[in-house]
This record gives sequence, structure tokens and C-alpha cells, in this order.
Amino acid sequence: MKGFEYYAPETLDAAVEILARYGEGAYPVAGGTDLIPKMRYGHVAPQAVVNLKRIPGLNRITSLENGGLHVGALVTLTQLSREALVRERYPVVAHIAGKMASAQVRNLATVGGNLCNAAPSADLAPPLIALDAEALIVGPEGERRVPLEHFFTGPGATVLGPGELLTAVLLPPPQPHTRAMYIKHAHREALDIAIVGVAALVRLAPGTATCQGARIVLGAVAPTPIRAREAEALLEGAPLTEEHIAEAGRLAAQAARPIDDVRGSAWYRRKMVDVLTRRAIAGTRGEGGDLT
Amino acid sequence: MKPTRKYPLTLHVNGETYELEVKPQRTLLEVLRNELELTGTNEGCATGDCGACTVLLDGLPVTACLVLALDAHGRQVTTVEGLATAEELHPLQRAFVERGAIQCGYCTPGLIISAYALLQENPRPDEAAVRLAIAGNLCRCTGYTKVVEAVLAAAEAMYAGRSAPATSTQMADM
Repeated sequence: MKGFEYYAPETLDAAVEILARYGEGAYPVAGGTDLIPKMRYGHVAPQAVVNLKRIPGLNRITSLENGGLHVGALVTLTQLSREALVRERYPVVAHIAGKMASAQVRNLATVGGNLCNAAPSADLAPPLIALDAEALIVGPEGERRVPLEHFFTGPGATVLGPGELLTAVLLPPPQPHTRAMYIKHAHREALDIAIVGVAALVRLAPGTATCQGARIVLGAVAPTPIRAREAEALLEGAPLTEEHIAEAGRLAAQAARPIDDVRGSAWYRRKMVDVLTRRAIAGTRGEGGDLT
Repeated sequence: MKPTRKYPLTLHVNGETYELEVKPQRTLLEVLRNELELTGTNEGCATGDCGACTVLLDGLPVTACLVLALDAHGRQVTTVEGLATAEELHPLQRAFVERGAIQCGYCTPGLIISAYALLQENPRPDEAAVRLAIAGNLCRCTGYTKVVEAVLAAAEAMYAGRSAPATSTQMADM
């Protein structure tokens, strides 16, 4: 690994100032589980590394007045998987957080790191986008919010500009009669990267099987996580019949823009989007779906 | 390019405090092995996939190859050297030896630390919990069956407050 200047600021302002000063030469480090291998392989050679872990408050999960949740960017996957507020309100998020990577990596890796690294396969992205989460960003010009759906701009790329930091993910209050499910398809359960990931969220009209609102979000099958909007539109206002679910799967597969890589072919990924979308929607009807 | 300067680092390892000066690109694993000569913690893949370098950081298992040493400034580290006393092995270590859960031994310190972290949190794990806790520790020769047996035996022995590992009949109800 090449050398760099090391900073461990104790305020957000100081971190933003250092990051802005170095521009693209500066890399914030949270858990380090993505950055350190990239430095070791020589994929990145930072001039400066800015440790964010001394900034108070970034690792907290707090309830918002509207019933939503503020999840600090430095919350680890272990915290996310165990925190009662997350388990109660957004079990789909707690569930996948507790299954990612390994115990050792979950104790280091953070929410912000998983999102800012912007791997198309990042497991937190599809369920958080399905929940209409927002990214809270702080930079030299102050604070701004971006729907997480629009946070990613390509593999490894986000809307973050020079000096900007993701400080938190904001989750809206849980909706009644709503269930979500995320299915990660990988070769093995631990320490693996999704070949395909599909999140489905369905809100039913009370006492009926009619869908009032839906989100279908796909991971690892496009340059960024994407919503399958045509599948969502088909489901909204329609009864959740086998026919509708099958059609939603077909539309989601059409929305995917997968590539061939070491984990799977584009052909296989598209097929699996169809299969997993159907399973995830069916899962939200209570066959293994997480309440949300 | 100007040479990288060293930075002061305070590390608390196995109850001792060390004042060091390290280059910023050094990982916690490199400092433990090369500066502190605590060579029980092994380097396998060096990318966080194999678990051979597992240590406790503030009580939680982490892969030391993925931690910048400077990020561990002021924090508590426990390595496999911190488990045994001068007189006797930790019950987990004894169980690994007695159950044949060691072969080449390379992954063993990492497995012991992962198992130790599990038992701190869950003193009576079932087999599924043990397998989940060691999912981030790869072994390429012993296999996992004896490791799981050893962890369950050590848990039983520790829970019963004895030093001897449990017998197979005592494990039957787990």
C-alpha cells in the first residue's frame, strides 16, 4: 500500500474542509472494508485518508418526530441488524444487514460505506430505495437531501461532489398494511456478492388483496440499483393475483440491463430477476415476507 | 514523492498499552505482527475474506487486515495471545486440541477468536449459531465438523464451570 496523509477530524466541518482541500485525492474512511483492499490492489492511491470515526453522532440511530428513522452513515451492519428500532420498523433492512459479508466485516462495514462505494450489487440499496429512503449529504455548501434512488450515478459513482459526505440515511415512517422482502441470490450465504438482488415492497388496501402501492428495486443487474417502474405501475391498483405477479416479474426482467461477469451471465441474471421478483412479491403476502 | 511520515499511535493490546509510531498505510494486522511481534494472528488473504487475522476490537471480532492501525488508536485489541494464561490454555484452545480441530493450524487463531466472541455473547450456542459465527473463517484442511464440535464442547465445559471439555453424551442434548 502506498503512503498518504492521515486525518482523524473530530467535527464534520473539519472533515468537509479537509475533503474539499484535497478534492479527488482525498478518501473518507469509515469501516475501511472496501477502501483498504482497493488501496492494497492499487486501484486507488489516495493523497489523504480521512477517518470519520472520531466525529461524534455519525454512528447513531435515532427516531424522527414523524415516526421515521435517522440512520447515521457510520452505523455498522452489526448495529443496523440488531437495533430494536430498525428490527421493529424496517425488518427487511435489519434482516439483510445481519446476513451480509461475515461477522468480522459486519462489525466494521458501515451503512454509508456500503452506499458510497456504490457497487451495483450493494445489498442495502434495493431495500432502502424500496422504503423511499433519502440520503442526507453535508458539504462545503451546507446540507442537502437526495432520494436514495437518485444517489447512484454509475458503478462506484454517486452524486457526492468534492468535499461532500453522506452523513445519514433518512427513512420515512413505516406505512400500514405494507410488507417488504429482499432476496439476495448468491453462490453461498456468507462472504459473497449478489448475482442478483430484488427488493419488493407492497402496500395492500386494508382487508383486501388489492395493491395500493409497490416498489420493485433491482440490484446487480444494471450500472446502479434501479427501480422496475413498469412492474410497479402494473401492480398499483391491481389485485395481487398470480397473473399480475407473473407479469410484474416479466416487466422487471425487461427493466434489467445486466452484464456477463464472473458471477453470472447477463442471460441468467435476467431470468433470475423474473423469478426473484415473483418470489419477493409473493413473499410480501406473508410467505416469509418481512413486515414493514 | 516525499516519504510518508509516521504518526503516533496508542494501542491497548491484551491489557498492555503500547505507544508506537507507524506509517499511515500500516494495517492493524501488520502492526500486531511486525511491531508487537504478536504472530499468533495470521495473514491469509489480506482482503477480509478468510478470517485468519480475526482479533477483537473493542470486544467485537474484526479482520485486522481491514483496519488501518491508526484507526485503532486508543482502542482495545485482544489477540489469541490474550486468551491463555501462563499456566493454562483457554478452554476453547484445549477443546480444539482435544477434539482434533487443528491440523495445519493456520486458521486456528482466527477461529478461536470468532468462537470466543460468540461465547461471550451466547454462552450456550446451538450448532447453527456456531456455524454462523465462524462463517467468516475459512479452513482448507481440518474441515469444519471438528471445529464446531470443539466450540460446542468448550461452551458446555465453560458453562458447567469445569475445565475439562464435555463428553459426547453431554453434547447429545444440544
